[in-house]
Amino acid sequence: MRHEVRRLILLLLPAGIFFAAFFLLPMARLFFIGGSGKTGWAAYAAILTDMHYFSSLVSTLGVATATTVATLIISGIAGVFLQRHKFPGNGALVAMLTFPLAFPGVVIGFMVIMLAGRQGLIGQVTQALTGEKLVFAYTMAGLFMGYVYFSIPRTILTVMAAAEKLDPKLEEAARSLGASPWRVALDVIIPGLKPAFISAGAICFATAVGAFGTAFTLAAKINVLPMVIYTEFTLSANIAMAAALSFVLGIVTWLVLAIARTAAGSTVAAAG
Amino acid sequence: MKHRGLFYLQLGFTLLVSAFLIVPVVLSIMAGLTVNYFIGIESGLTLKWVFEVWNGYRDTIFLSIGLSLACLVVTLVLGVPTAYVLAKRQNALTRAIEELLVMPVAVPGLATALALIVTYGSLSGFRTSWGFILVGHVLFTLPFMVRSVLAVLSAIDLKTLEEGAASLGAGFWPRFRDIVLPNCRAGILAGSLMVVTLSMGEFNMTWLLHTPFTKTLPVGLADAYASLRLEVGSAYTLVFFLMIMPLLLALQAFAKPRPAKFVAEETDQ
Repeated sequence: MRHEVRRLILLLLPAGIFFAAFFLLPMARLFFIGGSGKTGWAAYAAILTDMHYFSSLVSTLGVATATTVATLIISGIAGVFLQRHKFPGNGALVAMLTFPLAFPGVVIGFMVIMLAGRQGLIGQVTQALTGEKLVFAYTMAGLFMGYVYFSIPRTILTVMAAAEKLDPKLEEAARSLGASPWRVALDVIIPGLKPAFISAGAICFATAVGAFGTAFTLAAKINVLPMVIYTEFTLSANIAMAAALSFVLGIVTWLVLAIARTAAGSTVAAAG
Repeated sequence: MKHRGLFYLQLGFTLLVSAFLIVPVVLSIMAGLTVNYFIGIESGLTLKWVFEVWNGYRDTIFLSIGLSLACLVVTLVLGVPTAYVLAKRQNALTRAIEELLVMPVAVPGLATALALIVTYGSLSGFRTSWGFILVGHVLFTLPFMVRSVLAVLSAIDLKTLEEGAASLGAGFWPRFRDIVLPNCRAGILAGSLMVVTLSMGEFNMTWLLHTPFTKTLPVGLADAYASLRLEVGSAYTLVFFLMIMPLLLALQAFAKPRPAKFVAEETDQ
């Protein structure tokens, strides 16, 4: 028995050493560097006390919340519909909706530019219709659009998997008792999908808070925390502040995912 | 009759969402093949931009392929034994280990990259090599390999299989090689596809970890978007699509039979 325990420890060792050397140790160092700047440990409070950082925290949380709500509504409707109704072309629609699953943030940013950028489709259409060109790719609205674009594929997959496990009898019962489709959705489908919504929502939120590529492609002027950290690090060479901010950001995203995991049961998995 | 209306309403909505996701992809592919996107498709089709990308950014493509394969090897070596241990012992300690391993996915890549830079940035030989990026990619992809293998190992009766082999006199290594590995083949394959796909597209960390000599494909993309004309950026994106498309198709084809298997497993518990 003891022999077996020793073997299991030995098997864990390579991953353990790698993880300790390249994650735990660097994270600990990041934490201490965060407190080593001009302001000392107060750097960790700066995210709340300094108006500049606080406003970017607020806009980061704002865009993440908006993304989560919009993505859950869109993917909830489309995901349940595609799971419930099998019609010719259903598979093609699912394939289209999940195609952008592996796009990196930079490519998502470029997709937003294709739609809402200076030479984008929305600009051309609005110019033809109203004479005025609508361009919003390089603003917070563009970032919101990018994050929704990014989050739809994975959320739809989660919703579809959960909707498959819903018992159709419950809906039939509700319907036979005279419930309208709206009431069935509100009282049967949405409660049944709640764990999926919580887990997918948490992933949307955490990704939108921590993502960097999309904002980077769209504009350096978008005032969200990852961009602020990047600017502090590269342009201002304020490494301590960048370290403190990114440590706080990491805690926020990790907490959101951990809370969701407890709320929705052990099935919640984080995804990039 | 009212319900038919509802059906078409939902269908219309779903089509609209699909269009939102696919139209920009189509536009970008078109732009990459058009002589002048501003004038439109009338200006003619060309492969000029694709060649320009190939000439200017070929290295990023090779580096990304090499990196993702190296990342695959490392995650296999580190991840499969870890998944085996986590499947063998399911207690508070192994759950804590699993939780820890997932942290690099939960924590923004920007934070992980900064942590690596402040700790190892002064080792200039390491800092400027592609090994530095590899470390970041392994941290980010390892949980996916572990989870994927662990899911398969938890679904089979590993204990009985191993005891059977052990009672026939098989030592640990023959058991691991002939019983454990073949049984988690499906998990290894799914995990491998995931690791390669993620490594190929990783940007959040890589942007800080890279040097002018170690530019990956997504780093090159960001460069091209920022400094080159729209057509070149589009052609570059087209190259990226062509590279990840087979991986995605394989992942989708492969992920399909999985739910049925895991539903049975979950209702057992």
